[in-house]
Amino acid sequence: MPTIHIESLDETATLAQTLAQLLTPYSVICLEGTLGAGKTTFTQSLAAGLGIRRAVKSPSYTLVREYEEGRLPLYHIDLYRLEEAAVEDLYLEDYYESPGVTVIEWGSNAPEELPKEHLLIEIKTFAEQPTVREFIFQAKGNKYERLIQQLIDEYLKHKKGE
Amino acid sequence: MKILAIESSCDETSAAVIEDGCRQLSNVVASQIKSHKRFGGVVPEIASRHHVEFITLVIEEALQRAQCTLKEIDAVAVTEGPGLVGALLIGVSAAKAIAYAAGLPLIPVNHIAGHIYAANLNDTLEFPLLALVVSGGHTELVYMKESGSYEIIGETRDDAVGEAYDKIGRVIGVPYPGGKHIDEMAHHGKDRYNFPRAMIKEDHYDFSFSGLKSAFINKVHNAQQRDEVLDSNDLAASFQAAAVDVLIDKTIRAAKEYPVKQVVLAGGVAANSALRNELAKAVEHELPNVRLIVPPLSLTGDNAAMIGAAAYIAYTRGERAELDLNAKPGLSL
Repeated sequence: MPTIHIESLDETATLAQTLAQLLTPYSVICLEGTLGAGKTTFTQSLAAGLGIRRAVKSPSYTLVREYEEGRLPLYHIDLYRLEEAAVEDLYLEDYYESPGVTVIEWGSNAPEELPKEHLLIEIKTFAEQPTVREFIFQAKGNKYERLIQQLIDEYLKHKKGE
Repeated sequence: MKILAIESSCDETSAAVIEDGCRQLSNVVASQIKSHKRFGGVVPEIASRHHVEFITLVIEEALQRAQCTLKEIDAVAVTEGPGLVGALLIGVSAAKAIAYAAGLPLIPVNHIAGHIYAANLNDTLEFPLLALVVSGGHTELVYMKESGSYEIIGETRDDAVGEAYDKIGRVIGVPYPGGKHIDEMAHHGKDRYNFPRAMIKEDHYDFSFSGLKSAFINKVHNAQQRDEVLDSNDLAASFQAAAVDVLIDKTIRAAKEYPVKQVVLAGGVAANSALRNELAKAVEHELPNVRLIVPPLSLTGDNAAMIGAAAYIAYTRGERAELDLNAKPGLSL
């Protein structure tokens, strides 16, 4: 699977902002990773890349936070506290059907709530190297296969240019 | 003047009758924490279902305990946001139905304003004041020049402090909600891990607790990899010291810059004993002319009495809602 190795927070920011430039309306991104892996941090940089200046705060308690002021609207969803509960009627389709970008953390807590097509990003951490991350990309649907290829090309270009 | 107040923004379904914004004739809270324990947190869909089951019961109970009927009520108040949309809607719908049926004015209340005005039920707020609002979903420093005026001068840029407590509680295996357990464990431990005090040196009043959470998790995972056993009480004490240090440092600095008469500690995390005690000491030492107000434990969590207290002020300022009032999950002060 396509993987990008990251050494620092700055590189995470570059990766997220590169992705932000490539996103089109009706995009859905699912972020997976343990507590503290950097899902919200990644989303903050993605938001900055979309031109959102406000602080992007964790939606763990509120479930959803909406940001309308960027190049595309951003809907930041966090299903952390759903766990094994039988979830229904969250009305998340309203977000998927809006011409914006939906980012979902802990989507694996409610897989039946996720849209069929989305970009799955898994963030791996390493106990011995706290600043190192591996971003593993999986496309669910053709649109996202192209997106992953574009993202990796653009990110490597950025890195070379530095 | 008697206000029937309703709160259903998160876990708690609550109704209260408040007289003149300061006297609690009743305050009924149906807590859902027991049913949430199994799931490690608030489950929105379940929360909504519980609110539906409890809402009419708590309203009837609140009227009964206040020994009054709807005929003696002068206005209906309800939390319009921020909170979980499904949960908020239950309270908003109930309040609208009562206001319509009984022909009463409807007062929309911001949940955060409610937390601050909780202090007015057992004490008297004097302005200007500075409020530190800390809970599972909020970490805010609010400057109030006068009654009913709110200016957020600092807030968290990532996780709320209560959320950080709950999440690190999960990592060391304490039951939900984690804050109370971490607070107890901290009393038996020492601050020996030196976790980061994020943004403590920066001259703004914003907070960040995500880095503290990550540092804590790294420490635990690293030890696990090496088969080292860390003392849970020391971990709790180190986390708590880092969180409380930043909250107090920024609050004291803000209270020095903004000439206030009072500092108010509000929200669910105001129940934390270290925060209460350390803030009391700091205010006494560094702000001799400022009085600290901490609401009683029964009013720090979510409840409708605080909504009634804030609603009275909103009412006197002429704030009303029509029957098209909607829940506003992302409402700010």
